[in-house]
Amino acid sequence: MPANRFNGQTSHGIGIGLRVPHYAHILDKKPVVGWFEIISENFMVDGGRPLEILDRILEQYHVVQHGVSMYLGSADRPDRAHLKKLRQLVRRTRTPWVSDHLCWGSVDGTYSHDLLPMPYTFAAAKRTAEKIRQVSDYLGVPVCVENVSSYAEFHVSEMTEWEFLTEVLLDVNNIYVSSKNHGFDPYDYLNGIPAERVGQMHVAGHTKFEKYILDTHDHPVLDPVWKLYAHATRRCGVTATLLEWDDKIPSFDEVHNEALKANEFIAEAAENSKFGIRNSK
Amino acid sequence: MKSKPKPMGSTAELRAFQRVMMGALVRPLGSADEDAAGFIKPNSRLTALERLEIYHRMYWFRLIDSVTDDSPGLASLLGEAKFDRLVRAYLGKYPSRSFTLRNLCSRLPQFIREEPRWTAPRTALARDVARFEWAQTVAYDGEERPLLSPAEIAGVPPSRLRLALQPCLSLLALDFPVDDFVMAVKKRNTLRGEASNAREAGGRAGRRVKRVTPPRRGRVYLAVYRLAGRLHYLRLEPGGFRILEAIRAGRPLARAIAAGGRVRPAQVEEWFATWMKFGWFCRTPL
Repeated sequence: MPANRFNGQTSHGIGIGLRVPHYAHILDKKPVVGWFEIISENFMVDGGRPLEILDRILEQYHVVQHGVSMYLGSADRPDRAHLKKLRQLVRRTRTPWVSDHLCWGSVDGTYSHDLLPMPYTFAAAKRTAEKIRQVSDYLGVPVCVENVSSYAEFHVSEMTEWEFLTEVLLDVNNIYVSSKNHGFDPYDYLNGIPAERVGQMHVAGHTKFEKYILDTHDHPVLDPVWKLYAHATRRCGVTATLLEWDDKIPSFDEVHNEALKANEFIAEAAENSKFGIRNSK
Repeated sequence: MKSKPKPMGSTAELRAFQRVMMGALVRPLGSADEDAAGFIKPNSRLTALERLEIYHRMYWFRLIDSVTDDSPGLASLLGEAKFDRLVRAYLGKYPSRSFTLRNLCSRLPQFIREEPRWTAPRTALARDVARFEWAQTVAYDGEERPLLSPAEIAGVPPSRLRLALQPCLSLLALDFPVDDFVMAVKKRNTLRGEASNAREAGGRAGRRVKRVTPPRRGRVYLAVYRLAGRLHYLRLEPGGFRILEAIRAGRPLARAIAAGGRVRPAQVEEWFATWMKFGWFCRTPL
């Protein structure tokens, strides 16, 4: 959706991740970029260069926060110290929404630093929804939840991942990776999610191995993922979209040009929607 | 599979499931957990254990890589195999208790002291290197409070004046001159890459550690600090180190200077001018 309550009623265009190798280029050349996504945890510090860089970026650009350790699916209560630091950062960046993952990763105060897949049960859905509400109320901004790429499914699951999702940061690459790892149709996933609740999308590259696909974020986006993205855009409308490129990071221009490819699919989706073409594979 | 998973109808059961899975992840590398695998569905290409193994390996590789990134000096000193064994033992005893990987090495110096067998016969040197490298992390993004201005302390007699040191400043008394050694191995001034749920293809990136001749024993006193966003370290005279330690301990200025021992007043004045210039003194917290 162009603007909705899950992205703070904003209409951000194409963004890219703010990464260390590009700092000098961005600060020196000041390229035109719709917005930057930051990994919240890298800036939830007490001082130093990360915050100095961030403040300089904030003078020029919109910044949206993306987290990796809220663990909305963990049974534990949200960590108050973590939330307090996150809220300080939200106030600093004035992010219209924050996103994190539909996953768990900590229990009893021990952290895996991984995004572990959820058992899709009604009890877990209730607990996760409760935590999303608590976090959103505390931070004062909407919380978008991103589907993760996964390499395991659980016997106890009582529903599909797309039935489990609510306020969505739709990672199209993750849908593709998981569909190959678990053998479902990624278009069933896209057609099953609540389109009106999608606040943001992610695209990225992945790596194929003999027995599974790994979500590596170290390549350009592959064609099947762009096709899924086009379908997602047709279903959900033109939505703030971010390219993730986190390893083997090439030049800023290469990353930015890859991100801007999304515009082709957005234009196509907008054109098709004029003629009422939706939900086609 | 040892036992059939039970339905999961409550938060308590979700927590119990997550405890089992976390237990499987943090087990030593290479050991299998059939109880945890019992929760996982196999597919046509992978067994439940193989699917669990993907997460198990990724847990270890991610954390070992993070410790390696933050400990280049220690890795160089011990060599790849010995460093790897140390890190595995460390994370086995002290798994991460923080939401950020930034804090992963905070207890490494303590662990080296507690379990010297992993670093023998260079335990003292290894501990000094680990302390210096953790001090760099603190200096890199630790708290920096507003500077203390001369006007704020004017008129307060030294017998009552208490100064505070910046939280991001570390004071180290070391048995080895590890500063030059670590800096020769790697000058570290980048953010750690904690990004989304991207995985490194094929596991660890095969980081090569630069080997540098280790330093010989020799007492040094160091201040590790941040200035204009950059990491710095400064060797201190023993007297200056004692004065700063006394200030950090909360002693009034007159007593802190006395703790420095026999030092010329002109020397003390020069030190304080330097320390003020580097922004080491800050307001005490409210």
